[in-house]
Amino acid sequence: MNVLKKILGILWIVLGPVIILFLIMQAIEKVAAAAEGIARTNTTLQWSIIILIFIPICAGLMIFGVYAFKGEYERLPTSSDEL
Amino acid sequence: MSSNKNDVTQSITQVIAASSLGTLIEWYDFYIFGSLAVIIGQQLFPSDAGASALINTLAIFAAGFIVRPFGALVFGRLGDLIGRKYTFLLTLVLMGGSTFLIGLIPSYSSIGYAAPILVLILRLVQGLALGGEYGGAATYVAEHAPVGRRGFFTSWIQTTATMGLFLSLGIIVLTKNLIGAEKFADWGWRIPFLVSILLVGVSIYIRMKMHESPVFTKLKSEGKISANPLKESFQKKANFKMVLLALFGATMGQGVIWYTGQFYAQSFLENTCKLDFNESRYILLWAIVLATPFFVVFGSWSDKVGRKWIMLSGMLLGIIFYRPIYQYFIDATNVKEFQKTELKTATAPEITRELVKGEKDSIITTTSYKTLNSGFTFKESVVKIIPDDVLAPLPEDKTVIADVTLPGKTYVIIILLVFFQVLLVTMVYGPIAAFLVELFPTQIRYTSMSLPYHIGNGVFGGLVPFIATLVASFPGSTPLSGLWYPIGIAALSFIIGAVYIDNRGDRNVMD
Repeated sequence: MNVLKKILGILWIVLGPVIILFLIMQAIEKVAAAAEGIARTNTTLQWSIIILIFIPICAGLMIFGVYAFKGEYERLPTSSDEL
Repeated sequence: MSSNKNDVTQSITQVIAASSLGTLIEWYDFYIFGSLAVIIGQQLFPSDAGASALINTLAIFAAGFIVRPFGALVFGRLGDLIGRKYTFLLTLVLMGGSTFLIGLIPSYSSIGYAAPILVLILRLVQGLALGGEYGGAATYVAEHAPVGRRGFFTSWIQTTATMGLFLSLGIIVLTKNLIGAEKFADWGWRIPFLVSILLVGVSIYIRMKMHESPVFTKLKSEGKISANPLKESFQKKANFKMVLLALFGATMGQGVIWYTGQFYAQSFLENTCKLDFNESRYILLWAIVLATPFFVVFGSWSDKVGRKWIMLSGMLLGIIFYRPIYQYFIDATNVKEFQKTELKTATAPEITRELVKGEKDSIITTTSYKTLNSGFTFKESVVKIIPDDVLAPLPEDKTVIADVTLPGKTYVIIILLVFFQVLLVTMVYGPIAAFLVELFPTQIRYTSMSLPYHIGNGVFGGLVPFIATLVASFPGSTPLSGLWYPIGIAALSFIIGAVYIDNRGDRNVMD
């Protein structure tokens, strides 16, 4: 299980920036579509809010991945003294 | 339970009752807005805004969720510094005050865009207050609860969010039925907001009589209170890694399951399946009534078998069953198709003619009320646009279905399917307060558990109606496309939770 935790750690490190990139690409595409009148509701403001919210969360996912890769979750603390 | 240190004589029942009532009222305040999103959208934005008004209102609704983590930080810090009792008294006052004021904001037609801006500000205050409330109440109850029963006792706090939603839906439906749909849409929607001030007053009175948490009082008397809980929670790697684990492995998935089952389901039935205003709310009310006891069942069960797999099973079932359930909602309410073969009666068409705003084109709307052999009733409007220029091509007619009411069998099946979704909510949410409380030490518990809870529940969960509605509005998308957001987040959380979280149950919280 510990090996799996580390391998998945790499996945979380990669997934963070991938999600951000995906959101930015979606934002560009949908806002452009809205500007052309294809989709009225996909505005710049809405997408800016979504991206702003998810950037720190994705950064958190990357940090989680780093901890997982370094084996920080191999054994979870059993009492507060270990925290 | 009693404590010698601070002369606490209150029983755990009183602690739960006082904590739960305040938390329930805060949830009530928070959810009225979401339950009235369509009507509030019509009041806050220009009358011709259409779908944008709903999405912008859902964005304001979501703004309250987005600031919840900040409320968790501000009030969590206060709670770890000055105590649980006074902190969540303060959050109660802020929540009640801002909800009451939302009920007094003039509409867009009176003050223009100042209306949505003022509501946004008050919504942010609501979010901050709720961010501080929940962690305090859960911590307060858990720190009073006997060993081996923490899941059971905190599960009562876990019922409050759902009961707050139930109360908000109940008061909305009751007000609307008492004064009529037209008056409700005009000014009656304000009543549920104004009522809040009375509920908050009662709750403040009860909470004033409560004592501080015995665990916190002991820590205070020993001079062990954290000088800087924020720094300890998030700059100390050992704590921060647990905050991240709680967020990605539990609260994130819990949040999307909660808001899909108890908000998106109703929103989908009303806006996509075009169910009547009351019909969609009655369905949710029934589902909540039937499912709420299971918060306590799963909370209590988690004391015996551990928290982890109960919560993760709820997420997995959501991942598997959301799409088939929502597909059934669409198929079972497709009156546009059903009427081709089973139309029973239709009222004489009412025809209205008006000018397109700011143009010379005319809109002709033909409305009739129909009943099908199977028992469905609905309103059908055919909208025809007649260009002023006689040589211009005629646009296609648009058929709009509204106010669908269901026959008995379909109604029962849909209640059961929403009940199933709320049951999943009880699985992920019933044990989670105990899980979070046990993850962090007393000194920084309020701060540490509040942040992952409110990012998971508030941000990931609170954004479900907004993001799912937005995704479903993309060109080329289907009505089910919005479900990929909760399914994707729940799947990610399930994998992280399954791999990284331990299934240990009752830990020591007296440290």
